[in-house]
Amino acid sequence: MESNELDKAVSGEYALGFEIDIETDVAPPGLDEKTIAFISKKKNEPEWMLELRLKAFAKWKTMEEPHWGKLDYTPIDYQSISYFAAPKQAPESLDEVDPKIIEAYKKLGIPLEEQKQLQGIAVDAVVDSVSVTTTYSEELSKHGVIFCSISDAIRDYPELVKKYMFSVVPMNDNYFATLNSAVFTDGTFVFIPKGVRCPMELSTYFRINALNTGQFERTLIIAEEGSYVSYNEGCSAPTRDEHQLHAAVVELVTMKDAEIKYSTIQNWYPGDEDGKGGIYNFVTKRGLCQGDNSKISWTQVETGSAITWKYPSCVLKGDNSVGEFYSVAVTTLAQQADTGTKMIHLGKNTSSTIISKGISAMKGQNTYRGLVKIGANASNARNYSECDSLLIGSNCGAHTFPYLESKDTMGQVEHEATTSKISDEQLFYLRQRGINEEDAVSMIVHGFCKQVFSQLPMEYAVEAKALLELTLEGSVG
Amino acid sequence: MITLDIQNLEAKIGDKKILNGLNLQLEAGKVHAIMGPNGAGKSTLSKAIVGHYDMTILGGDIYYKGKSIIEMEAEERALEGIFLSFQHPVEIPGVNNAYFLRTALNAKRKHEGKEELNAAEFLRLMKGHLEELGMKADMISRSLNEGFSGGEKKRNEILQMLILEPDVIILDEIDSGLDIDALRAVSEGINKMKDGKRSFLVITHYSRILDYIEPDYIHVLKDGQIVKTAGPELVAQLEEEGYDGIIVNE
Ligand SMILES: Nc1ncnc2c1ncn2[C@@H]1O[C@H](COP(=O)(O)OP(=O)(O)O)[C@@H](O)[C@H]1O
Ligand SMILES: [Mg+2]
Repeated sequence: MESNELDKAVSGEYALGFEIDIETDVAPPGLDEKTIAFISKKKNEPEWMLELRLKAFAKWKTMEEPHWGKLDYTPIDYQSISYFAAPKQAPESLDEVDPKIIEAYKKLGIPLEEQKQLQGIAVDAVVDSVSVTTTYSEELSKHGVIFCSISDAIRDYPELVKKYMFSVVPMNDNYFATLNSAVFTDGTFVFIPKGVRCPMELSTYFRINALNTGQFERTLIIAEEGSYVSYNEGCSAPTRDEHQLHAAVVELVTMKDAEIKYSTIQNWYPGDEDGKGGIYNFVTKRGLCQGDNSKISWTQVETGSAITWKYPSCVLKGDNSVGEFYSVAVTTLAQQADTGTKMIHLGKNTSSTIISKGISAMKGQNTYRGLVKIGANASNARNYSECDSLLIGSNCGAHTFPYLESKDTMGQVEHEATTSKISDEQLFYLRQRGINEEDAVSMIVHGFCKQVFSQLPMEYAVEAKALLELTLEGSVG
Repeated sequence: MITLDIQNLEAKIGDKKILNGLNLQLEAGKVHAIMGPNGAGKSTLSKAIVGHYDMTILGGDIYYKGKSIIEMEAEERALEGIFLSFQHPVEIPGVNNAYFLRTALNAKRKHEGKEELNAAEFLRLMKGHLEELGMKADMISRSLNEGFSGGEKKRNEILQMLILEPDVIILDEIDSGLDIDALRAVSEGINKMKDGKRSFLVITHYSRILDYIEPDYIHVLKDGQIVKTAGPELVAQLEEEGYDGIIVNE
């Protein structure tokens, strides 16, 4: 096939690149103690939080940006970024949310007005550095479920926040996590009490809107003994020529017999085919299976961002605990992704599953990096890993770096890896049956991603498929 | 009436010229068998007809229902009613067999200005054909050709033919690797498609399948040309004398 035809078929247009025309309060660019005090003040935070932030900042200043990822990008100038941006009108209730934001969210497929809210899905809507509204909070509180912005949680549930924040991702964990610890703005807090099965899907939608600002979200989910929650995050950003930094931290904790299912559909602006613009996405996500028989499952569909550096991980501390990682990462245009997971087996009879599907097209570079670590006391640990790469065209790349550290010789670790090209034979077979080239490519790609999509909640699986279609073949014709 | 008219076709794959001025006319409602030694160019001929990307046409032309098709895209030729049962059907992991087939059928129906079939209507149709072909119901949910046995792959090609109802049907070694039950089922499927209008081009090494599907014409392909055309009686003669014998007698 003509390679430029293929390129056309895989350089889907970014559909969510619009700007929300609202007045925004933006902190001047630059990062020092004063910036941090400013953020903390804007958020009406208690003194202890500011102290923790400053401690993180002091640590961060001694650290160096890591460069072990297979990523090539222009250096980030941390002093040229603005660390806080918020829609000017601070809403007290949904009625006060700027209609333009409501309108924008509608365009993103997320109605916020009470009558139109998504059935069975509660949403925390974040624009730049603040959460503008959270739906179904009252309904959820009847079940004892806390679902609010992290800023509210710091004020309203300080004991829970003090106990769990930094307990899974320590403040000084890595360069980007430490930066986030100092300057994080908003994000979501979820607490599921003992024995409660959360009655609806919870979700957060992050929207970067302001120019030249970083987004530093922080999310904390705690599932008490015997509880269950399914949480989903989505995100997007306007089409811009400048790079924007997004450095998030997500911490999950499951107690005995609890389960958290965490799904991400990441669709930040990817930049153009020459690498101009796009989000730099440096994210630390980690879950701690603290209690016996608990389970954490990460599912991610990564189609956006110019740079993705992200390794959602599980620390399997409780005996019989289970960690899962299902990932589809797409790099097209000039996108680069270095993503994977870490499964740290500490408890007995722990098991983990890794299914990673990387798709590269045009000049996209896709790296899977994964670690399976089996501790000395993790007798009878099991891991199954499968990392498949699909190349579309000949200018893209796929790389796989699976690492294994095992102190227990009884453990069982299986690893399979394949790299395949969409073969001309496959395409031709479908075309001989009357299916046009564009549909044929998308059929093969969806087939490749099936194991991961089947992990997503229904509504999100539909969205993920549509998104993949847009990303890979939106612009033909 | 002629459905497919191949005139003086010259074609190459890579740098290798394989078809050397091949002439062949397929008649409506007739079964044409092509026989010939390994490497004669039989699969190459089928590739040329369906517009395979390996092929470069150097000369001559192919007319389908009176129109030249050599400039047409592969999917267009398919939508117009040309079907190839592949000698080696490719595996496509994760692509649901029923979903694939419904997409193909609806593409064709749309092309013909017909209503598309919904999932329920399609499943009814597919299940009926599965039974006729003695195929298991799990063929609905399995991935396209993935892990299929040789026989399952060939039956799945016939299933596609039955559902897509093409006008010119090319079967490239549909009989190779089939046990007797599969051969019978496949042949029955083919015979069911005979309606007095469709043309069949059956490429084979063995006379076995010809006992079941009764060809009207036998063509011998050698060195990129049709070197002999005769009635079904030629099969017995080929069995006895081999290709060389036949061609020497010419
Ligand atoms: N992709 C290809 N590249 C080069 N030569 C090929 C290719 N495909 C087929 N050939 C050659 O073309 C000739 C005819 O092949 P083919 O049409 O498959 O024969 P048949 O189907 O009659 O056994 C053979 O010599 C074969 O080696
Ligand atoms: Mg052949």
